[in-house]
Amino acid sequence: MHNQPSIRRQTLYDSRNFLIRFVDFAGGRALNGISGLGNATMLVWETWSLAFRPPFQLKLLVHQLFLIGVNSISVVLISGLFTGMVLATQGYYQLIQLSAEGTLGKFVTVSVVKELGPMVTAFVLAGRIGASITAELGTMKVTEQIDALEVMATNPVKYLVVPRFLACAIMLPILTLFAIVFGIAGGYLSAITLFDMNGLFFLKLAQANLFIDSIITSLVKASAFGMAIASIGCYKGFTISSAGGAEGVGKSTTGSAVTSLVTILALDVLLNQMLHVVFGVQ
Amino acid sequence: MIWIENLWKNFENKEVLTGLELYIPRGETLVIMGRSGCGKSVLLKMITGLMKPDQGQIWIDGEDITTLTRKPLDRTRQKLGMLFQSAALFDSMTVEENVGFMVAQHTKLSKREIDEIVAEKLHLVQLDGTQHLRPAELSGGMRKRVGLARAIAYNPEVILYDEPTTGLDPITALEINRLIRDLHQKLQVTSVVVTHDMDSAFSVGTRMAMIHQGQVIAHGTPDEIWKIDNPVLQQFITNENRYQN
Repeated sequence: MHNQPSIRRQTLYDSRNFLIRFVDFAGGRALNGISGLGNATMLVWETWSLAFRPPFQLKLLVHQLFLIGVNSISVVLISGLFTGMVLATQGYYQLIQLSAEGTLGKFVTVSVVKELGPMVTAFVLAGRIGASITAELGTMKVTEQIDALEVMATNPVKYLVVPRFLACAIMLPILTLFAIVFGIAGGYLSAITLFDMNGLFFLKLAQANLFIDSIITSLVKASAFGMAIASIGCYKGFTISSAGGAEGVGKSTTGSAVTSLVTILALDVLLNQMLHVVFGVQ
Repeated sequence: MIWIENLWKNFENKEVLTGLELYIPRGETLVIMGRSGCGKSVLLKMITGLMKPDQGQIWIDGEDITTLTRKPLDRTRQKLGMLFQSAALFDSMTVEENVGFMVAQHTKLSKREIDEIVAEKLHLVQLDGTQHLRPAELSGGMRKRVGLARAIAYNPEVILYDEPTTGLDPITALEINRLIRDLHQKLQVTSVVVTHDMDSAFSVGTRMAMIHQGQVIAHGTPDEIWKIDNPVLQQFITNENRYQN
């Protein structure tokens, strides 16, 4: 009998404790998130301000252009080709229900140029380049190589981040162009081999729906995705705790790829809206 | 040369440095001793500007580096060379590129002139002909020596050594100690050596300082250090408790 009030008090105490712990946990995570976003923004700002200030590290930029562009082209081409093929296959089965299968060329071209070209390229590079940037810079951080750069009077942002940032911003649009061409080619191959469509008709429709403003919009988005991938990759690599060791590098590398993918999707929505509202892009 | 004044540093409520005062005269090799976690490496990071103190000043050649922005700080850093505990060689570069890095970054010298400087510095650390090797192909002792060649490549006025003999076998450790003494004599530089290896400390130091509980508790020449009547210092340098527990 005497135990009941004390049990009630204990339950009340436990639930209050749980609530405090929950608020503490959620608040901590929110503060970490806001602080991380602030620090990442500062890094991007510093990168921009150093990118156009001499001395220009052209040799490093060319090296990064090669690593990011040349080494990624095969995987981008294959991804673009298969994306176009899948798009044409799925599109055909939907369009045939509306008796509009003849517009498959338009469907594939518009989809690949406006969305899938830049998105697939960005996704491939987020996994391939973003993660490798984080792993490389993270390893440099835990082995004191970034401290060594600082002590040798070399700004690590200028030396490590700027070339990667510029290379991603330049190479993503170029790779996107290749992805678009191979995406349309993939759609064409599906159309003529699987559905016995007239190839010339497909290509004419594709050509008629290739608008310069759509391509420019796509390249602008690709460049923004490239900057995001490089910034996230570098930020995640720079913020690994020196005590984190190999485990810390692994965690940050995974985190970098995941954050890049989510950011690309969010940026896509934002840029589509912005380009539509500001420039009237359809 | 280097004057450290009332230096304080806290890490998550743990006081590491509590008003540390230290003067390092030009041309001396000062050994900073102390137990693990006493703040020796933190002090080196502050001298190089890698870490800011909570309070206090660090004067290098009359400039308080704790208040400097990046550009003037980088100018001061060009007077420093540092050998990191792990050597911190750039693993994507060859030995030649590592040693010549600072010269290539801060001068307009030609590739041939830089190569000559690299060869000269590698000769000083007795690693002639290793220019084209990569850090992964080097032993621990060789990595330290390449790190040392890189530290002296830009002709610094001050060389900082963070645990130069840690992780090395006794013979290689002796070689590194001899190298530090030789470089001190040949280059006439000021050196700051952070270590808890007493053999190394007494072998290379012309002055010594002991850090305990965030402050310098003893400071003097090696002979003076032996005579200072401080139980913490004496226990540390005589390794009295080596076989206890």
